[in-house]
Amino acid sequence: MDRLVVIGGGQAAFQLAASARGGGYEGDIAIVSAEAEAPYQRPPLSKGYLLGKVPRESLLLQKPAYFGTHRIDLICGVRAVRIDRDARQVWLDDGRRLGFSALVLATGGRNRRLAVDGAGLDGILGLRNLADADGVRDQLACANRVVVVGGGFIGLEFAAVARALGKSVTIIEAQRRLMARAVSEVVSDHLRSVHQRRGVSIELGTSVAHFGGSAGRVETVELADGRSIGADLVMVGVGIVPNDEIAADAGLETGDGVRVDAGLRTSDPHIFAIGDCAAFPSPEGGFHRLESVQNAVDQARHVARSLAGSVEDYRVVPWFWSDQYDEKLQIVGLAAAADEVLVRGAREAGRFSVYRFRRDRLVCVESLNQPVEHVTARKLLARASPVLRAEIAAQDMDLRKLLHA
Amino acid sequence: MKFTVVDRSGGVHPLEAASGQKLMEVIREAGLPIAALCGGCRSCATCHVHVDLDYLERLPPMDEEEMALLELADDVRPQSRLSCQILASQEIDGITITLAAGSEL
Repeated sequence: MDRLVVIGGGQAAFQLAASARGGGYEGDIAIVSAEAEAPYQRPPLSKGYLLGKVPRESLLLQKPAYFGTHRIDLICGVRAVRIDRDARQVWLDDGRRLGFSALVLATGGRNRRLAVDGAGLDGILGLRNLADADGVRDQLACANRVVVVGGGFIGLEFAAVARALGKSVTIIEAQRRLMARAVSEVVSDHLRSVHQRRGVSIELGTSVAHFGGSAGRVETVELADGRSIGADLVMVGVGIVPNDEIAADAGLETGDGVRVDAGLRTSDPHIFAIGDCAAFPSPEGGFHRLESVQNAVDQARHVARSLAGSVEDYRVVPWFWSDQYDEKLQIVGLAAAADEVLVRGAREAGRFSVYRFRRDRLVCVESLNQPVEHVTARKLLARASPVLRAEIAAQDMDLRKLLHA
Repeated sequence: MKFTVVDRSGGVHPLEAASGQKLMEVIREAGLPIAALCGGCRSCATCHVHVDLDYLERLPPMDEEEMALLELADDVRPQSRLSCQILASQEIDGITITLAAGSEL
C-alpha cells in the first residue's frame, strides 16, 4: 500500500493532505506534527486571537474528526527526527518508523533569536505558534510597557494589538524604515505615520545591544546607541529560520530552506517541500522562500496535483495581506528587484496603491485600504502579457481597461 | 437560526448558527470542506457560495469590496456572495446556500 507522509502540521501540511485525498489519492496519508494541536490558522494569532475576538476552537483548519473521515492519520506531538532515503522511512521521536512512497516536507520555520545578553529573560517572547500566542495573551494582559523588536509583519500587527489594548508601545527596527523587506518606502512611511498617530514610539535604524532585568525578568531594552527603554514585555519578531535541518541531515540540498525545483521537488525525486520551509526558484534567478497562507496553500495544491500525475511547473503570482488597526494592506506580486514606482489614489487620505516596476514591467502592487484596486492588480499581474509602466501611467481612471489588452 | 448547506458534491447538510455568526465559520466548524483561506478578513474569494434566490433580497447588499473580491472567483452568478460576509439572523432563517467554485478545500 502506498503511503504519503507529510512532515509538519501547519497550513501547508493540512492543505496537502486534504488536496491529495480530495484529488483521489488512495494510499495511506500520514501527517507528523511536532505541535500538540491539530492544524490551525496562524494569521489570527497576531490579530484577533490576541484581542480575544477569535475563540480557540475556530482557529482549527478542520476539527479532528475530519482527519478520520478522510483516512488521514494525524500524528500530533511527535517529531520526525530522521529521513532514511534509501529505506524510504521517516524516523519519529517516539521510536516509530513510517515508510513512505512519497514524502512532503512542510516543516515551516522557527523564530530567529536575538543573540544578545539577556535574551533569555522572562517576558521576552516570540509569536510563531499557538502556544506562543497563549503565553503572549496572558502576559499582555498585565503588561504596561511593551517593546517590539522588529518592524515587520508580525511586529507591526502585534504593536497594533498592544496599542489597541492601551499599552505603551515602542517599536525597535534595525533598518531605516518599517517592513523594509516587504514593501516600498511609500508604504513604510504610511505605516510609520499610522502607528505614530496612534501613539506608538518608533525607533528606526537602531538595534538591541542587550536586555536588562532583575529576578530573571526583563526590565530594560538597551539600544546600540546607548539609550535604555523600560519594558515589562518584549516581543521579538525578527524573522524565522526555516526548519531544513532534517533535510540537510538526509543529504538533500538546502540553503535557507529546503531547495526544490520548479516542480517543488527536492534533490530526491520522492521528496517534495512546500510552504515556509521551501526555497524554490525565483523569477529573478536564485531561490526564495515565501512566508504566507497563499504560498502554503497553492504549493500544497500543486504537489497534490503532481502526486496525481501532473508535470506542470509551480507558477503562481503570490499575494499577502496585513491588518493593522483599521488599515488594510494588500500586496500582490514580489518587489525584491523593483526599481520604479507609480503611486495612484489619495495618499494623504490613506487610500492608495503603489505600482512597482522592474525594467518597465509591473512586478508588484501594494494597496492601502483599496481592496478593489488590489483585486484589479491581481488580475493585471496574471495577464498573459506583462503590464508596462507606460500602460499604467496612461490610464487616468480605471485600470480594468488594461485587463483585455 | 437554521440553515442548509449544499456541498460541492450535492450533499445536503442542515446546520444551526447563533445570531451574528459568520456562516463561513459555522460551515467550517461543522467539518464541511470550505477553503476560506483568509479566515474571513475580506482578502480572498474562497468562501464563495450561491444563495437561495428567494433569500437574496433579505441579505444586506454587497459593498464594492465584496463585489471586487467575487471577481476573483469562477461561476459568479447574481446569487453569489462571500459566506464570511453573511451573518446569521432571524431574517434569513431557513436559507439554503450552496458552496460554489473556488471554495473547495
